[in-house]
Amino acid sequence: MTSRKTVLVLGGSSDIGRAAARAFAKAGYDVGLAGRDIAALEPDAADLRARYNIEVGLHKFDALDTASFESFVGGLSALPDVVVSIVGLLGVQQNAESDFAHATTIMRSNYEGPSLILGLFAEKFLVRGNGTIVGVSSVAGDRGRASNYVYGSAKAGFSAFLSGLRARASRGGVHVVTVKPGFVRTKMTEGMKLIGPLTVEAPVVGDAILSAVEKKTDVVYVSGKWRLVMLIIKTLPEAVFKKLKF
Amino acid sequence: MTLVSGWGRFPVVDSDVLRPRSFEAVGEAVAGMAGSVARGNGRAYGDAAIGAVRTIGMTGFDRVRSFDPATGRVRLEAGVLLSDLIDTFGPRGFLPFVVPGTRFVSVGGAIAADVHGKNHHCEGGFGRYVDSILLRTGQGEILEVSREQNSDAFFATVGGMGLTGVILEATMRLRPVETGWIRERVISASDLDAAMRALDAGDAVTYSVAWIDCAARGRDLGRSLIYLGEHAGKDELARDAVAFPAGKNPGLSVPIDLPSMTLNRYSIRAFNELYYRMGARRAGGSHVVSLYPYFFPLDSIADWNRIYGRRGFLQHQCVIPEQGARAVLGEILDRVSRRGDASFLAVLKKLGQGDGILSFPLPGYTLALDFPLKGDILNFLDEIDRLVVAAGGRLYLAKDARQSRATFEAGYPALSRFNAIRKSLDPACNIRSKLSQRLFDEV
Repeated sequence: MTSRKTVLVLGGSSDIGRAAARAFAKAGYDVGLAGRDIAALEPDAADLRARYNIEVGLHKFDALDTASFESFVGGLSALPDVVVSIVGLLGVQQNAESDFAHATTIMRSNYEGPSLILGLFAEKFLVRGNGTIVGVSSVAGDRGRASNYVYGSAKAGFSAFLSGLRARASRGGVHVVTVKPGFVRTKMTEGMKLIGPLTVEAPVVGDAILSAVEKKTDVVYVSGKWRLVMLIIKTLPEAVFKKLKF
Repeated sequence: MTLVSGWGRFPVVDSDVLRPRSFEAVGEAVAGMAGSVARGNGRAYGDAAIGAVRTIGMTGFDRVRSFDPATGRVRLEAGVLLSDLIDTFGPRGFLPFVVPGTRFVSVGGAIAADVHGKNHHCEGGFGRYVDSILLRTGQGEILEVSREQNSDAFFATVGGMGLTGVILEATMRLRPVETGWIRERVISASDLDAAMRALDAGDAVTYSVAWIDCAARGRDLGRSLIYLGEHAGKDELARDAVAFPAGKNPGLSVPIDLPSMTLNRYSIRAFNELYYRMGARRAGGSHVVSLYPYFFPLDSIADWNRIYGRRGFLQHQCVIPEQGARAVLGEILDRVSRRGDASFLAVLKKLGQGDGILSFPLPGYTLALDFPLKGDILNFLDEIDRLVVAAGGRLYLAKDARQSRATFEAGYPALSRFNAIRKSLDPACNIRSKLSQRLFDEV
């Protein structure tokens, strides 16, 4: 047994998940990586062990299988100090407009699954009296855009869930962080046109997550520029906004 | 298709860029199209890491496979950057044996170019510390190559500019260090003779390099500052110093392409004068500096390649065999200083024998110069090349964007052996870069 702190990363095989795991591992945390495909997580676990000489555990987790959440949390050998959800799915907006199944998957992957699992951890953390919960949401949730509102609306729901959870849980010693990364160069955004000055690399997000946990920040826009951009976008009158090609 | 260029931003060419996520996908990317080459972090200056048709971005492969803290042996995916290795294993007491002038290069790229550092004269190049390489050949095989196993392919891959296949993983040895600090001694040399003498006298010192003021001429021709360095032990640090200083991300950056006016003979001369005088003031004694400014002085300015403007720049790095080097180097520096628009600083250092079949180093002196891409620079460099070839020297492929076939073939006499090995690994010549089309491939 170690006395080190532990972090559990849900969606551990994503680029941001890997980056977050590295940031925490570097800071001395033992790490749990959770994802659908355990075998796919093995190389990342080996990477963390080799780099930082820490304990790494692997856990099978499917964010769409909400029925398994209770047993997933119950099956952990110990409750982590920090749980981070990177789970999400960008999907294809155009398909989601006519394909119910695709829209449902996007909504469930970005809102239902992450909210329910973090809510479950929150209950356990509140009983224990401490813990940190991190949800990676998106600037896309700040205002629905014609080009990705299915994804954006689910992220908006997730952001609202986190903000409410934060208000409630803070009274019980549990801290909730909302992370809004903006454009990140990852698998998810490959092939998309990203605006250079507003785009960051995954490790920057990983470091921002660690720093938010340590400094007990509530809402993090990974690049400060996004806070300004979204402030402007949020304050545009609807009559103007709907005419913008955006 | 995407516009791709190297660090020198010349040439800029269209290439299909893929970022595979698995080794299987790398295989498909190579097999699917004749004319692909791997690219690491894009720090090769010219066209070495641009595929003839397709460029395979490898930086996503950045996992450490295993590390033995007792021996410092590490197995890595090829996309791991040296900066990452230093940040990760430095605090655990290990550094790469060889680092070039920037830490933002990938392990795969460092092997492919067999990069050299300030210690080449006594410790050799990057490839010397690589024990084995996992190679995906153009023919479709995945081969483990080492000095013992597939040794021809190993020595063709070290320094082989990615043309033997895609480097997927490597096992290498790291250097045990007590600290992340370097004990540095600066010597000021008033001319080229003094600079070469100082480098010769530094033969037994682990790290040595000379920064030449290439605006100086006449009696001052070749005046320079020689930086000698050794790893500092714990007992050499101030009591409150941390054993391993943190590497900062570049603080300054060049936000835009500077107008090409910015670099002219006056600004360069003024900069060099200042640099020389400031350095000369520190000359004599020895002091302890962090490894970052010592090894990577330019890394502290992000995007420094933009200083040379939108059209980019050319780096000319040659090596001249020891015998007769003084005369040729003097002639080159004289022509450069008369021309007036050369780089801020030229770098002169000694090299030893290279390890790979196409490795750049040979025992002698290497001189690196930057030139903004304008005017008759291509013709000027062709003339310099003639001096290099006549002296039995060669140019560094990782920095080249323009040398002729004749210059290349004269400088690399082992080329036919390399080509034979390349052909055996990849008969259909699926692996091709813009550089190989320019210099190697049968026309």
